[in-house]
Formats: sequence, C-alpha cells, structure tokens
Amino acid sequence: MYYLLELKEGLIISFRAIRANKMRSVLTTLGIVIGIVSVTLMATAIEGVNRAFDKSAAAFGTDVLYVQKFPWMSNEDWSTIRNRPNLKVSDANTIERQARLIDAVAPVLTTRRQTSYGDNSMDNTFVTGTTYQYINASGNVLEDGRFFTVEESNGGRPVCVIGAVVAETLFPMEDPIGKSIRVAGHRFRVVGIFEKQGGLFGEFTADNRICIPINSFQSKFGSRRRWVTIQVRVVDLKEMDDAKIELEGIMRKVRHLQPGKPNNFNINQQEILTATFAPISMVIASIGLFITGLSLFVGGIGIMNIMFVSVTERTKEIGIRKAIGAKRRTILMQFLTEAAALCLMGGLIGLIIAFPLSLVIDSFLPTAMPFSVVFIAITISLAVGVISGFMPAYRAARMDPVEALRHE
Amino acid sequence: MSVIDLKNIVKTYDMGEAEVVHALSGVSMTIDRNEYVAIMGPSGSGKSTLMNVIGCLDTPTSGSYLFNGISVSDMDDNELAKVRNKEIGFVFQTFNLLPRSDALHNVELPLIYGGMPSSERKRRATQTLEHVQLGDRIHHKPNELSGGQRQRVAIARALVTQPSIILADEPTGNLDTKTGEEIMMLFEELHNQGNTLIMVTHEATVADHAHRVVRLRDGMIESDEPVKHRKSHSGPGKKKQEEEWQSIKNALGG
Repeated sequence: MYYLLELKEGLIISFRAIRANKMRSVLTTLGIVIGIVSVTLMATAIEGVNRAFDKSAAAFGTDVLYVQKFPWMSNEDWSTIRNRPNLKVSDANTIERQARLIDAVAPVLTTRRQTSYGDNSMDNTFVTGTTYQYINASGNVLEDGRFFTVEESNGGRPVCVIGAVVAETLFPMEDPIGKSIRVAGHRFRVVGIFEKQGGLFGEFTADNRICIPINSFQSKFGSRRRWVTIQVRVVDLKEMDDAKIELEGIMRKVRHLQPGKPNNFNINQQEILTATFAPISMVIASIGLFITGLSLFVGGIGIMNIMFVSVTERTKEIGIRKAIGAKRRTILMQFLTEAAALCLMGGLIGLIIAFPLSLVIDSFLPTAMPFSVVFIAITISLAVGVISGFMPAYRAARMDPVEALRHE
Repeated sequence: MSVIDLKNIVKTYDMGEAEVVHALSGVSMTIDRNEYVAIMGPSGSGKSTLMNVIGCLDTPTSGSYLFNGISVSDMDDNELAKVRNKEIGFVFQTFNLLPRSDALHNVELPLIYGGMPSSERKRRATQTLEHVQLGDRIHHKPNELSGGQRQRVAIARALVTQPSIILADEPTGNLDTKTGEEIMMLFEELHNQGNTLIMVTHEATVADHAHRVVRLRDGMIESDEPVKHRKSHSGPGKKKQEEEWQSIKNALGG
C-alpha cells in the first residue's frame, strides 16, 4: 500500500516535471524513440528474414529427399567429389521398384531456356523434364489445371505445367490454360499452373519453372552430360531417416560400392538448408541487434545526463522533501520513476513510429512486428530508464538535507 | 519530561587542511511542552546549526540529544526522516513550498510521506488550511499567493502532522512588517492552542513575541531567560480560539 502511494506520488511528480520542461523532455526522449525504432525494426526485419527463409526452405518440401551428384552444403574437398559418376534417369526406376518407404519418385533434368508467348518472353526459365510422378514427388501444389498424365509423360507429349511467375510474365492478361507457349522454339501446351511459392530462393522454386515430360526434354534438349536429380518423397515424415538409409542402400547397390567405400552421391534434404542457415541467422541477428542496441545505449546516456541536470536543478526541492520527512528511498524512487516514465514514453512513441515502418518492411519480407517485440521494447525502455536513472537518483537520495536546503 | 533535551552538543565542520570550524561548542538546554522559545544571535553564532540539530536535519558531532526522551544523536538517515516527518514541523524564511504543486498538495506532502490514505489526507490538509484562513485558496499554486499566504501554507504544512515542535527559521524575514506581524499573531495563537514553538531570529522585535529567549554567541549559550515585559496578544478572544482549536483537534482525532 505504502509503495503504491509512493509510486503514485512519484508518477504525479514525474509528469509535472516532464510537462514543466516539455522541450527538454521531448529532445531527451528522442534518443530513446530512435533507439526503440531501430531495435524494433531490426527485430522485425530479422523475423522477416527468418520467416522468408522458412517459407523458402519449405518449398523444397520437408518430406522430400534429393538424390544428387553433389551435396548442397559441404566441407568436402571439391577435387574428391567432382569426378563422381552422373546419376541416370533409370536410377529412378530402380529406386521405385526397390524402396518400400517412399511414396513417389521422379527424375528431374533441368536446363535454362527462353520461353515466350506472343510478344511476352522470359529468359533463363528453368525448364524441367520429369515424369507424371513429379507432382507427388516434389510436394508442389497446382493452382489451376492439372499435371501431365502417365500417357503424356511416357509418350513425351508437348505439354507443360508452368510456375506462377512464368504465368504472370507470359500471360499478364490471359488465362494460360490451353495456350501454347514456345520453349526455345518448341511449342508446348499449358495444362496446369503451380501455386505461387515466393521466398528467398526465387528462381529455384517452382515459380520460375516449367515442367515438361522427360521424354520430350531428352529429345528436344538432349540428355547427355546433364545432371539428373532424383526427387523422392517419403510416405511418412516420421520415417524420413529410415527412408534415407533405405535409399542410400539402393543407390550403393546401383553403384556397386564395396562396404567401407564412401558414397559417390548425396542425398540432400531441406534440413541441410535450415541447419546451415540457423547459425548464420543467429550471427546476423546478434550483430544487427547489437548495432541498433548502441543507439538505445546512446539514448540511455541522454536520459542519464538530463536526469543529472534535473537532480541538480531540483536540489532545493529535494531538501524541502527531506526536511518534511522523505526518506532516501522515497527520493530514489521519485527520480527513478521520472527516468522510467521518460523512457517509457519514448518507447511507446518509438513503437507507434515503428509499426507503420514495419508494414513497409512487410512489403519486402513476409513479416509483422511480433507481439513479443512490442513487449520486449516496453520492457527494454523501462529497463533503460531505471538503469540510466539510477546514478542521478542515487545522488539525489544521498543529498544532505541541510546542504540541499541552502541551495538556491 | 522535556520535548527537547540537549546536553553538551558540539558540532564541528572539517573544512580540510586541518582547519576545523566549531559551529557549536557545548550547548545544553531543555525545552518543555508548550514553550515558545526564540533563539537569537548574530550571524555565525551557530543558531542555524543549532536549529538543524534540533530539527534532526543534522546530527551533532558529540553530545546527547533526547527528543521526547529518545536519543536521536545516533539515528540513521531514515530514522531521522521519520522523526522529521512525524514530530517536527518546519517553517522557513523563504517558505520553501513546492512551486508546481497547489496549496493542498503542499500541505498533504508530509502526510503522503507518512503513508496516510488519500481521502483522510485530503480532509486533514483542507482542515488545516482552513485553520490558517486559506480555506478558499487550497487549489492556488504558490506563485498565485501573496508572501503572507505562502507562509500560511507553509505553517499549515508544518501543523498538519500535529508535530511535537514547530521549528521556525526567520519566519518573517521575507515579509513586510504588517504581514510579519500577522504571522506572529498566528504563532501566538498556535502557542495558545498548546503547540511548542521554537523560532530562530535575529530581530529583537520578533523575539519579543516569544516567552523565552536563548542568545547564542560563538557557538555557546550567552543567556537564556524568560521575556519579562511581553506584549500581550492574548485578548478576550483567546479562550474562544482555544476552544476552536480543541474542536479541530477532536475532529482530526488527535
């Protein structure tokens, strides 16, 4: 009860003091405002990068394994792995026959070609040759239309399924379904469109991709010296590790590898990306928050400075208060409350400014100011107030009442 | 039992470089309940220091000081603050009101530090302000009040906790003669109502209002005697005033 009374009195005094020195209070608070704005925006941006990454990584499918010649991320010496044999399209058939824990297998061949429709064209589109199983093996979802059928796939029909960005670029006004586009001069009829994925790995996602039957791909663009990726989707995410071991066994058998010899292929998965990105993201976040935290620190010094001025200016008042019975703790609380109130004001103003700015960031990165950031910002600004207010408040609390009363 | 019992109070200030100033060198005196004492002396005689010691703003270097029988000479800061809050009412030459607070809040302040709940506090502060004839000025800030009114607010602030002593330091020093006279009348009235008053002054005309004058010189008591030919301010109204104050005290539950 007594503490509440003291706090209330402290707040009343603080607001009177802040109001009495409006200009000074505003300028002092500005440091905290800028500090809180930069810290919250940095936190929001980091959140955005993380979300964008998660979303992008999800495009690779959490339950999809990629059998490839090279690892995605590796510390291995390039010279030891560069002479690995290429994967073959037929390896996909072997896997399909022998593996139990997999749902779908699709070989994938990729090249970059120009695509066009009418006057619209798109350079360096990822052209993917694959089988009808791709839609199941990749985890990609169709927005419209259908994927190509077994017959179209095996027969090498001139049909294609295009990514969202391809559709937007080639067909800004029209519905692409049923239209024929040109891929490096060859005509392909659009039968389906992938759902938009977005994210950081823009061009590697299905957005910039067009899928055509693998037989068409091989006849139009050739198959020699191309890197084959075999995409494998597991039946059950929980059996991911088992499926990986099974797959490894099958591939070693295909490659006739003796026990003890290292794999001459890699089984990649989304987790590799996440595991690689997590520490990088931590470092970026730490450095970013440290640097923006410095501005908050400078703001705190401003508060400390002005609180020292305030204490000196009000020496007489402190003397009067002490003479009529204010304890050291009461005076300490009064000035701490004032510093905390100043900083809290700065923090709230900072949040009000940072919120619309975070919406601007949102247009580049999928983010929103997380509620935790709001909470943390308020806590931090209070903490800055208490910490930077402590020395001045302590000086005030320890003043000798006789000396203080004599002060003019 | 005396309210104030000073025995051989010494206060020295160490000015550095082995220079020591003896502000008080062995002061002994007692003050009883409902006394009206003036402490006089030229500047540098130690009267301010003595007032600070009596007011528990400062502790003596040596000697014993019993306040209501309790030793305060070795109390710590917080204990002294409590004594100042509950037992001592200060009236200063420069009024020392908080400039940004209105009269009511200024008078409430000691009660806030005493931890009194809001409604009770407001009631008491208002009553005390009424008692010093400022019932119609309770929401005025100090800069909206005349010097005499400010000093009345300060007196109300000193009275509101019903302290054991009221300690006034040159209470008329910043007032014109007429207003000073009014304030002295008010003190007289407070004394008649049973309060213990200690007043520091260098003006003989002001000291004449007291019933006992203690003169200091060079940190020692030069003389301590009752005022013989005191002007009487207690006219026929005295009894009525006393009844009035008693009724207020009853109302305040004190």
